[in-house]
Amino acid sequence: MSETQSTYNYKVVRQFAVMTVVWGIVGMLVGVIIAAQLVWPELNVGWLHFGRLRPLHTNAVIFAFGGSALFATSYYVVQRTCHTRIFSDGLAAFTFWGWQLVIVLAALTLPLGFTQGKEYAELEWPIDILITLVWVAYAVVFFGTIAKRKVTHIYVANWFYGGFILAVALLHLVNSAAIPVSLTKSYSAYAGVQDAMVQWWYGHNAVGFFLTAGFLGMMYYFVPKQAERPVYSYRLSVVHFWALIFTYMWAGPHHLHYTALPDWTQSVGMLFSLILLAPSWGGMINGVMTLSGAWHKLRDDPILKFLITSLSFYGMSTFEGPMMAIKTVNALSHYTDWTVGHVHSGALGWVAMVSIGSIYYLLPRLFGKSEMFSVKLITVHFWVATIGVVLYIASMWIAGVMQGLMWRAVNLDGTLTYSFVESVKASYPFWAIRFLGGVLFLCGMLIMAYNMVKTIAGGRTVDDARVLLPAAHHA
Amino acid sequence: MDINDLRSIVTVVSLLTFLGIVWWAYGVKGNKKRFEEAAMLPFSDEEADRLELGLDRNGQRKAS
Repeated sequence: MSETQSTYNYKVVRQFAVMTVVWGIVGMLVGVIIAAQLVWPELNVGWLHFGRLRPLHTNAVIFAFGGSALFATSYYVVQRTCHTRIFSDGLAAFTFWGWQLVIVLAALTLPLGFTQGKEYAELEWPIDILITLVWVAYAVVFFGTIAKRKVTHIYVANWFYGGFILAVALLHLVNSAAIPVSLTKSYSAYAGVQDAMVQWWYGHNAVGFFLTAGFLGMMYYFVPKQAERPVYSYRLSVVHFWALIFTYMWAGPHHLHYTALPDWTQSVGMLFSLILLAPSWGGMINGVMTLSGAWHKLRDDPILKFLITSLSFYGMSTFEGPMMAIKTVNALSHYTDWTVGHVHSGALGWVAMVSIGSIYYLLPRLFGKSEMFSVKLITVHFWVATIGVVLYIASMWIAGVMQGLMWRAVNLDGTLTYSFVESVKASYPFWAIRFLGGVLFLCGMLIMAYNMVKTIAGGRTVDDARVLLPAAHHA
Repeated sequence: MDINDLRSIVTVVSLLTFLGIVWWAYGVKGNKKRFEEAAMLPFSDEEADRLELGLDRNGQRKAS
């Protein structure tokens, strides 16, 4: 056995993996609270009203939960597929503590009302600078590890993680450009419709690169590993990567249909959104077909259940997205709960489920156990989460289409059939079902936390796995 | 030259680059082998898998 003296750095992976579960519970709890506030308006008290908590929810689930999952898996995958220890332990530790500080600052400033007012980019300028520093360190660690790899090829998962890191750096720098007037207040560097376009160029690419490319990196490593067979088509994965890179950047204008944005820009955005269906489904099929010939594994492996179901939701939401980007469909769907349902089909069904599956794969390995404390509880988590997502998105579809139809209904004399508040009243039962779906999904995360604590108990945390030269080198 | 000419050129060059990548992935015979090698990368360190799961060479749990 050929073996180098060095070990993989699992400490930083361990830290981020545990925080993924912790921040998942926090972010989803805030989501459940604001869902309850819509059903029971009297719950909106003081600083903790819907308007202040909603950005806290989105920031916590996207950047704290999703971000931690991305850090954990990317650090693990890049070390393992490059057969080398991470580039700099110190910088990696800085990304962990820096990112946690960003999250804590977000949790403090958002309820206090400090905000730049840009969706998914609410954090004020001092925090933006801290994010930039952490992100540069992340890029140095990640690409530094790739640079010192012991193998010729760069595995496709690392291409997706790398694309995600570079694109998010670009998006963050451009959209967060602002003129500070005090420590807690700044104004965007752009004005009017340009500001709106920059914001939704950022916003949609946050979906495309933060919430898609990074998680596709997870898919390309953990689905083959858990299924114990190589990805269905590596060539398809190469085309998948570049097709996403070339198209996602242009889809943002579909968030601004029928606004002051020039009509041709809206049409370009709609067209590129429609084109996106092809690479999205190519990637989804590539992931699902990796299981071809081994479908039986899906029956009794709950981790594969999570991974493959996440791909089904990815397929569903990347079909729904292009449809909703069509101007005439958007005329019905925009500003309704349909959008909220679509986002959660992607966020809960795809992003959360692929992360949960990957973290379940990692946890026993990071703590020197052969499997999770209870495999049965993973199955319970899977079903509770799946029912939760289905309740959530089905209720939002119905509520959204109903709202869209009520808002556009006109009487024979041209006056509106319904007042706005009538559509609010009609939405109550569906908001209650959505609340229930959210509660179920949160319960799943609590089951995961229990399982995680039991798995960690008595686990080995100091003895990092040794770096081994690739099998081909000593075969 | 108008800036819009430049914009058109960039768009066309991007499309051609993408088509080039598709050809590189599917058309170039010599790439088949390197892609097959790359696809096996997650499985090139099964020794490490066994180590981190605390299993012996036959995949059995080590008596501790």
